[in-house]
Amino acid sequence: MQEVIKLEGVSKRYGDFVALHETSFSIGHGEFFAMLGPSGCGKTTTLKMIAGFEQPTTGKVLLDGADVSDVPPYRRNVNTVFQQYALFPHMSVFDNVAFGPRSKKKDESQVRKDVMEMLEIVRLADFAQRKPSQLSGGQQQRVALARALVNYPSALLLDEPLAALDLKLREAMQIELKRIQREVEISFIFVTHDQHEALTMSDRIAVMSAGHVEQIGTPEEIYRNPSSLFVAGFIGSANLLAGTVESSSGTEYVVALKSGAKVKVQHHGSTFSTGEKVSLMLRPEALNPVAGSRGDGLSLGGTLTDRVYEGATDRLVVRLTDGTEVVCLTDSDAHVAHKVVGDSVTINWQPQAGYLLAGWPEVSGSTTTNVDQIEAAL
Amino acid sequence: MSLVEAPAQRSRLGSSADRVGLAALLIATACLVAIGGKWVSGPLTSVVVLVLLAVIVGVIVLAWRGGTEARRLLAPYGLLKPGMLWLGLFFLAPLWSLLRISLSTKESRFDINYNFSWAFENYQTAFTEFGGQFSRAFLYAGIATVLTILIGYPLAYVIAFRGGKYKNVLLGLVVVPFFTSYLIRTIAWSTILSDEGVVVSFVKGLGLVPVLEALQIMDNGRLLNTPAAVIGGLTYNFLPFMLLPIYVSLEKIDIGLVNAANDLYSTNSAAFRKVVFPLSMPGVFAGTLLTFIPAAGDFVNAQFLGNPNTTMIGNSIQDQFLRQNNYPVASAMAAVLMVSIAALVLLYTRLFGTEDLA
Repeated sequence: MQEVIKLEGVSKRYGDFVALHETSFSIGHGEFFAMLGPSGCGKTTTLKMIAGFEQPTTGKVLLDGADVSDVPPYRRNVNTVFQQYALFPHMSVFDNVAFGPRSKKKDESQVRKDVMEMLEIVRLADFAQRKPSQLSGGQQQRVALARALVNYPSALLLDEPLAALDLKLREAMQIELKRIQREVEISFIFVTHDQHEALTMSDRIAVMSAGHVEQIGTPEEIYRNPSSLFVAGFIGSANLLAGTVESSSGTEYVVALKSGAKVKVQHHGSTFSTGEKVSLMLRPEALNPVAGSRGDGLSLGGTLTDRVYEGATDRLVVRLTDGTEVVCLTDSDAHVAHKVVGDSVTINWQPQAGYLLAGWPEVSGSTTTNVDQIEAAL
Repeated sequence: MSLVEAPAQRSRLGSSADRVGLAALLIATACLVAIGGKWVSGPLTSVVVLVLLAVIVGVIVLAWRGGTEARRLLAPYGLLKPGMLWLGLFFLAPLWSLLRISLSTKESRFDINYNFSWAFENYQTAFTEFGGQFSRAFLYAGIATVLTILIGYPLAYVIAFRGGKYKNVLLGLVVVPFFTSYLIRTIAWSTILSDEGVVVSFVKGLGLVPVLEALQIMDNGRLLNTPAAVIGGLTYNFLPFMLLPIYVSLEKIDIGLVNAANDLYSTNSAAFRKVVFPLSMPGVFAGTLLTFIPAAGDFVNAQFLGNPNTTMIGNSIQDQFLRQNNYPVASAMAAVLMVSIAALVLLYTRLFGTEDLA
């Protein structure tokens, strides 16, 4: 794949504060690339360095193979959709979109044609003469998109573009963004703290934390094979149980959990030695609550402490014997439907559902029930 | 009573409350203007005072007795009343007197009575004898307004965008001169610019006198008592009135808009021209009105910093009123000044009106 953007050992410091540690990655032509992480993880700083609003402290930013590290934003062939859209309030929608082409001193008849074509693509051709203040949030969003895309940049940078929208509108705009991206075939680099958004839209995701890129991969890779506890907890919901490797043979591990229970794990990829501290990751949807105990190393006993009806699924909170709370997602008509809060249940899973990560989590159990932890990650 | 009728009921109550409130307001104001403008005299005055009191008390009683809804509907008129009555007594009534006197004649200069006689010759006198003062007032005020924009805009820009944590200190410094009276500040300038003063000797020391004379800033080696001193005084005194509205409108501009313009291939200067400046126009507009209108009627600067050939219309009006005791011509001049400023402002609003700005 042809590289549009390449970061080579890029880092950014503000005085003593390191906003981004040395980072290298590249983004291909026509790729939908998300930078995902909690606030302060360095994702926006990275975006600003690609746009040219910040200069890297070390390293190089390459755009279409050329070093643009010292090129000001107005001479870089990338455009940005800003978080609050930053539409020019004194100009009509048409003039907003025409701003870029006119700055490039394009012929006015060509400008007219390009702008109307782009407004057609974002379905706002009828609103060309309106002022931004007369548009709804979703419409303003699309104007911002058209204003950037009309320049046909090498890459489009989007800084939390959907953050200001309501949930339903946000979901509709996710689909709309994907459609537009396919239509214009431009690389989209998308900054978000919403893991759901990143999972549903991106070709690849870079998960960032505290100025580091933790993992880059397709949504599926990141969801199934997270490289660290942080990634496991940040992407989707996970149950993380602390334990120690007791024995291993090939890809088969026996892990002694802190509670004393022993579980079997089939783990591919990285290897762990006996005695190493590990965390067992179990995704909520891979857990089946059943009535009786199985004792085959693929189940844990506990008490049902909460059940939330979510339409298609039931969310069950099970407190294991050592007090750790895990979350299971099951079909509403599962065979534990008659269980009520306080009943004892057993959760079991398929051999390949377990996944091992190095180290112990700060708090064992589900990453979606600890409010403090979730707030800290936002 | 069915539920469907309720809104109609309320709107009927609403429109009658509007009628009562508005009528009371207008009658009360008219009464005050009648008293202040001396439309009535003798026993009739007490009748008008009684009508005024009756209307005010009547509305209060109506609101008191009419229940919550009536009070809510009448409240806006009640809140308008103090301001309207104040303006009625101290603006409309004097305005009436002024216009009336401007069309009156006096038997002699020392007479105290005026005879209203549709004496349009007062206006003719105002134009023919004081045309120079009128045009000078508008010229000086216009130049001073332009200068306050040229000085005030960059200053406001720096405070708004580069002020950082010193923003409030810098704004404070702009306002600090207001702690001293306008008159004192202007007289202070006459000391600073005086022939033996520090500025003149400095300019002389540098040998810049011929240059400044060529630029018509100095006259015969003097800075004080020149047109430049008057314009400079106006500029100095009205600078904050220009700066503060511009600051307010600049301060509201999201710096993200400049980033967006940069991102869309505009250099910083193009971004200023296409985005920041247009968005700050409401401030420039408001500042222009706040500066030009009082500057055109000003007489303090011309009196203390000017010479007999730099008198502005304000000086002439003051002179006619207080020294010549010629109220009719003075009133005519004041009326002309008011009307011409109003016309200029209207024209300016038409040309540069900013109401279509978001």
